Amino acid sequence: MAYDDFVIQRDLTFSINRGDIFIIMGGSGCGKTTLLRHLVGLLEPAKGTISYDGVSFWGVSHDEREQLKRGIGMLYQSGALWSSMTIGENVALPLKEYTELDEGDIKELVSLKLSLVGLAGVEDYYPSEISGGMKKRAGLARAMALDPEILFFDEPSAGLDPVSSSLLDDLILELRDSLGSTIVVVTHELASIFAIGTNSVFLDTETKTMLAVGNPKTLIADSGDPRIKKFLTRGKEGDSSQPKK
Amino acid sequence: MKISYPSEDTLLINVSGTWKLGNSLPSVSDVSEQINEKSLIRKIAFDTRELSGWDSGLLIFLKKIIDRSSQYNVHVLDEGLPSGVQRLLSLAAAVPGREDSLKGEERISLLERIGEATIDFKHSLKGTLLFTGEAFVAFLKLLRGKARFQRSEFFLILQESGAQALPIVSLISLLVGLILAFIGAIQLRLFGAQIYVADLVGIGIVREMGAIMTGIIMAGRTGAAFAARLGTMQVNEEIDALKTLGISPMEFLVLPRMLALILMLPLLTLYADLMGVIGGLLVGIGVLDLNFMEYYNQTVAAVSLNDLWIGIFMGAVFGFLVAFTGCLRGIQCGRSASEVGKAATSAVVSGIVSIVIATAIITIICNILGI
Repeated sequence: MAYDDFVIQRDLTFSINRGDIFIIMGGSGCGKTTLLRHLVGLLEPAKGTISYDGVSFWGVSHDEREQLKRGIGMLYQSGALWSSMTIGENVALPLKEYTELDEGDIKELVSLKLSLVGLAGVEDYYPSEISGGMKKRAGLARAMALDPEILFFDEPSAGLDPVSSSLLDDLILELRDSLGSTIVVVTHELASIFAIGTNSVFLDTETKTMLAVGNPKTLIADSGDPRIKKFLTRGKEGDSSQPKK
Repeated sequence: MKISYPSEDTLLINVSGTWKLGNSLPSVSDVSEQINEKSLIRKIAFDTRELSGWDSGLLIFLKKIIDRSSQYNVHVLDEGLPSGVQRLLSLAAAVPGREDSLKGEERISLLERIGEATIDFKHSLKGTLLFTGEAFVAFLKLLRGKARFQRSEFFLILQESGAQALPIVSLISLLVGLILAFIGAIQLRLFGAQIYVADLVGIGIVREMGAIMTGIIMAGRTGAAFAARLGTMQVNEEIDALKTLGISPMEFLVLPRMLALILMLPLLTLYADLMGVIGGLLVGIGVLDLNFMEYYNQTVAAVSLNDLWIGIFMGAVFGFLVAFTGCLRGIQCGRSASEVGKAATSAVVSGIVSIVIATAIITIICNILGI
């Protein structure tokens, strides 16, 4: 992964299994969000391939790629709701574009999706009129609109209070269990990582590559790498570079 | 601040009073002079018993002393300092500054600058070509009736870039007509040919100035608005959200804006023509003592239908150019607030430049074709 000549991360090889809640973790600036943007097809990797079910994302034609994208839902860090449309219109847009449903059905589906994320009745508000946490949940409702097989979350708990953020974690678990979606989460929130993660990749800034893959709960015990231990224990363990006081 | 020498190798600094930023604080150079003069000094100690208040002002002073004294191999004893100051100083010294991360002002040679400018130009040319290609594909899709955009949004843009621009277009084109008439009036009066002011204003406004002024107004008004709007959407990841849903931002955002301006700018031009001619008429009647019918007949005789068509055609071309540059800069916008500002500025500049260039080209072509 690179921007022009500037390499962000190299030699990343991992696979995400169906039904996983896959965590992409690492320190600030290590390229977590960049990796996510590659996974959802917003950026083309400088080298290597990204495959869904064995189908290479950048190796197929434009139309097939668009088809692949339809199986993906993405929740952006700030929600990224379209500010000129109401919340209801935001959630309805993908349904209008990709399904043959009539207005009434779409309206019902929209209010169903919104009530799933606990936002029933906010259809007519504009994004600027609701709080940050609500925007995130509305963004999630929009990402779920087409019942995607894979849901991507970019820092879902950033900027949320602990209660909202744990509610969002519960929601993520619930979605995985009830809809059978595969979920990929970028986060550095330790509580979330341990609460929901079933698989993970750890990116490192200095070596510009991944240090480990695996369940975060076992990583903390098994990994011999001090950098991973330091990260997963909030710096309490595995840090030998600084003198202890 | 008082400096004393309790023993031969120790310099004691007595700090008293309030040491806050904004108060006039003693300079470090007094201390460093002392260190310079007395080469025996190996230690600096502090006495802060009379210190009544401090903030970062004291910290900066101490930091400078520590930096200077390390050059002379002098040891700084921090025992005499308040414990808060001691902790903050050790915190500041805990992580050494990164040598390579300080971006000093680097002098770049002329050759290097030319090289960088060329590479930038190549990138922007590539970006423009890509945008043109995508816009063309979106337009083809529109012709086949496959383009995806929201009708309601399109009508909203029509209204914003059409009807809502009428007041400013009225004012500017009326005044431009007025100015043209005044310039002509002074010259033509010398020959007693005041009536030809109608020709001058009529042809000038209808054939060129109406379209040019409307184009420039719209570049400043709507072009900048498009760039700022799309740029903000880029910053808020709204454009990415469209892309991940497989909705092309070209069809959804750019196409309705282009269509709206290509439709609206000729209409606004027509309106500006009318206002400009009225401006000339006001001068004709008010200053040159012509009567209304005289001026009207002279204008009708002077302005041909060709002039009108050329003006309207230019309006459509300018509509395309303004929307194109506005959307291009908006889509190419970086991911910060300052980038949005840059995008809006650059949309206006490139909009106006392209309008002037297009006018020159169209005028030359008309001249060659004899219309």
